[in-house]
Amino acid sequence: MTFSADLGLAYPELVLAGGALLLLVFGAYAPRATTALAAAAIVTLLAAAVAAATAPFGRAFSGGLISDQASTFAKVAIYVASAVAIPLGQRWFERRGVRNFEFPVLILLAALGMGMMASAGDLISLYVGVELHSLALYVLAAMHRDDAKASEAGLKYFVLGALSSGLLLYGASLIYGFAGSTLFEDIAVAARGGANTGLLFGLVFLICGLAFKVSAAPFHMWTPDVYEGAPTPIVAFFAAAPKLAAMVLFGRVLAEGFAGAIPQWQQVLVAIGLISVFVGAFAGLAQKNLKRLWAYSSIANIGYAVLGMAAGTGEGMQAMLTFMVLYMIDVTGFFACLAALSRSSRSMETIEDMAGLRREQPGLALAMTAFSLSALGLPPFSGFWAKVFVFKAAINADLGWAAVAGLVGSVVAAFYYLRLIKVMWFDTAEGATDKPPFEARFIAIALALFSFPLVLGALIWIYPEAGEAARAFGLA
Amino acid sequence: MTGILSLITYAPLVGVLGIMILRFFGKAEDPKTVETSKWIALVTTLATLALSILLVVRFDPNEAGFQFVEELPWFAGITYRMGVDGISVLFVLLTAFLMPLCIAASWRSIEHRVLDYMIAFLILETLVIGVFCALDLILFYIFFEFGLVPMFLIIGIWGGARRVYAAFKFFLYTLLGSVLMLAAILAMIGIAGTSSIPELMTYRFEEGLQTWLWLAFFASFAVKMPMWPVHTWLPDAHVEAPTAGSVILAGILLKMGGYGFMRFSLPMFPEASELFAPLVFALSVVAVIYTSLVAFRQTDIKKLIAYSSVAHMGFVTMGIFSGNAQGEQGAIFQMISHGVISGALFLCVGVVYDRMHTREIAFYGGLVNRMPWYAAVFMLFTMGNVGLPGTSGFVGEILTMTGTYQASTWTALLAATGVILSAVYALTLYRRVIFGELANPKLAAITDLEWREVVIFAPLIVSTLYLGVFPNSVFNLTEASVDQLVTAYRAATGG
Repeated sequence: MTFSADLGLAYPELVLAGGALLLLVFGAYAPRATTALAAAAIVTLLAAAVAAATAPFGRAFSGGLISDQASTFAKVAIYVASAVAIPLGQRWFERRGVRNFEFPVLILLAALGMGMMASAGDLISLYVGVELHSLALYVLAAMHRDDAKASEAGLKYFVLGALSSGLLLYGASLIYGFAGSTLFEDIAVAARGGANTGLLFGLVFLICGLAFKVSAAPFHMWTPDVYEGAPTPIVAFFAAAPKLAAMVLFGRVLAEGFAGAIPQWQQVLVAIGLISVFVGAFAGLAQKNLKRLWAYSSIANIGYAVLGMAAGTGEGMQAMLTFMVLYMIDVTGFFACLAALSRSSRSMETIEDMAGLRREQPGLALAMTAFSLSALGLPPFSGFWAKVFVFKAAINADLGWAAVAGLVGSVVAAFYYLRLIKVMWFDTAEGATDKPPFEARFIAIALALFSFPLVLGALIWIYPEAGEAARAFGLA
Repeated sequence: MTGILSLITYAPLVGVLGIMILRFFGKAEDPKTVETSKWIALVTTLATLALSILLVVRFDPNEAGFQFVEELPWFAGITYRMGVDGISVLFVLLTAFLMPLCIAASWRSIEHRVLDYMIAFLILETLVIGVFCALDLILFYIFFEFGLVPMFLIIGIWGGARRVYAAFKFFLYTLLGSVLMLAAILAMIGIAGTSSIPELMTYRFEEGLQTWLWLAFFASFAVKMPMWPVHTWLPDAHVEAPTAGSVILAGILLKMGGYGFMRFSLPMFPEASELFAPLVFALSVVAVIYTSLVAFRQTDIKKLIAYSSVAHMGFVTMGIFSGNAQGEQGAIFQMISHGVISGALFLCVGVVYDRMHTREIAFYGGLVNRMPWYAAVFMLFTMGNVGLPGTSGFVGEILTMTGTYQASTWTALLAATGVILSAVYALTLYRRVIFGELANPKLAAITDLEWREVVIFAPLIVSTLYLGVFPNSVFNLTEASVDQLVTAYRAATGG
């Protein structure tokens, strides 16, 4: 393929990279025009989403960049989720007197990195994508510079993220050494009929590094601290889209690179999945801060997605992709609710703060109830469907016992979701809440409506799309 | 008539929409708004009742299969499929029948957040009717499981002193049961390749697998029923729930367990049902005898009736797993009859609770002096609870025991003692609350039934007596479907 033909497959990346650089220059000259910058960034992201949706399929740059149904599916979701994060964060920072024009630019760069992760066809672009999005996220986490907790969160995120990148890189180098190539296709040839010890060693390191990125236990330690410290709208962003990107990458590495070694990685993933489910369920019980609580909830939910992937089948990948998209909506929506709420300009972050919320903010209370029930996996909310697909895939792959264990874990987790609902609906209010900013409230309620009832219609379209995407991974 | 089931199921949601609009435009605490919301709820439930009566009238009793079937393909192989047969149609009617009474019973006793209360009840009605109409496993599970949420709110917001504890216990207990059922549902869909209940009823699962699936469904339905020893959530939930909540819980939600056994366990896993029948018999007998004894020692009227519900459900499980026509017919009849009688008994408790705000048996005594009409009504339902011939309670008990006798003589023999024990606790309760001298001075000013309460009790009295005298009105509807169920079960188990 010629270089220009290669570029034709990389339109979304070109749009984002070009847009980010232009906006950076613009921002350097007009740092006060934050609203215009934010609007331009949203337009750029939506343009990238359109470019991704209409991109031709193929492999570019000697196989380093893949454009297929899976990358399209993931990119559209990632770019749209990133676009949602901008208005959410913009207003939140403005209210706290932080006027950083870099905020939308960093979101664009993170989205670029995430898109690369979804399109990665070899270990090099895998690493570049992971690093690009991580670096942008570290800065975003510490964006609220005057807040000691945010700075702490940024630093923690950075140090532990660097450690995971090290693991990832070490695993990648081992795989390269034993397979003789960085391309997933060539690795698949080397791993046919089971990975040898060297490859397996590399694979385990790679899995550890990726588990770090998706915050699956036992590599989850950073998550509660970072979620608690980072600005709420930033958490809404990095609890959603980057997780999808990392899971798509995870799925692609395993399915395209190590399809011959399914029994070998299956046991690792089942272990990671179940540990995540139980760590998320039990550790969440002790939390009082809602951001920490949802950090544990997200650990548990990622555990379910990993269980779906552990099935090692096309159905499992389809379930995982559907799960991640539906979960993104829950988690973004929940943190949007938190971002919308404050009492006398003080953020409401503990469970007790939500007492009697139904009286002050019935709409947001309903939305938070919907997100909680959805994360708990109660029908007919989106989270229920997500779990149904995952467990069905696991059961069909003879992992019935793991599915039952996962379901029992969800009953444990039910307690903390119910406690939040109880506080909101049973208890009496303590004081008036501030008027919520329009953007956050709108996003929260729109996403809650998606969680139920729109999901019942949307799945007719999402589920087969995820199926197409999963087929692109090439598993049976 | 296609579409009538969806119409009945979602009709209550129209009322929800109406109340939400009301809430959006008016102030939630405004007495006028509150009054309107009550009327909206009452009219909606009455309309649903009218539709259900139409459904039963149009129902063809000679047809054994599903009627009024609706099918609409959904996603991932799931189909929106509704339908009723002789087993489920009466439960739809029972639900629609009890709901307006619940709304009327809450007219005065619910004083705060009335709009939310009415919304919760209407949503609950939709979900319960949906459970009985759903003919797709996933659809069934949605209705079955989401019913926990409105009930959780009803107990937790409008309940008594320990309401939060009771609400959590209720939710987590039943959730644990149902997630195991979900795993089984997903396994069945994976193996049989369909989630359609009628198709699965003719699908033969391999015997070893049936055992596991049966146990998973059993976990859910046994908790819901509830069977001994997983019944402990029920007394807590009953005692703390508001009166109407208890009526729905005892009258309808418990029936989902029995319905589930008949719809899933028996036809889909017949070999496993036969294998585990002795276990069910044993648990039923324990439930009948043990919980009757426990009921006798209660000091709280509501708790006593709650335990008596567990005992009566023991007859139902026994009848279902006897696997013959008398047992099944008796079980359905017992569930319908218990729905009416226990609902009425909880309403009787509600009458005195609304006046005195206590449910302690010791507080009362000699009520007959001040409340003769109430005493008469309470007497009738106590007799129904005991199973006096002429009331509906008798028919269910005698039939389930006849059915069980053919399957297991000992079970029937031991369960028969339950009839005596139920007389012991029910009559003792009646004597202590109603008869004797009016000892407590606080009771001096207690008033007899007002017209609203008479209107609520009238249909319950009529149906208790009518069902007791003309049980065939039920059997005519259920016969064809029950015969089909029993024939299929016999053929599968070689009995």
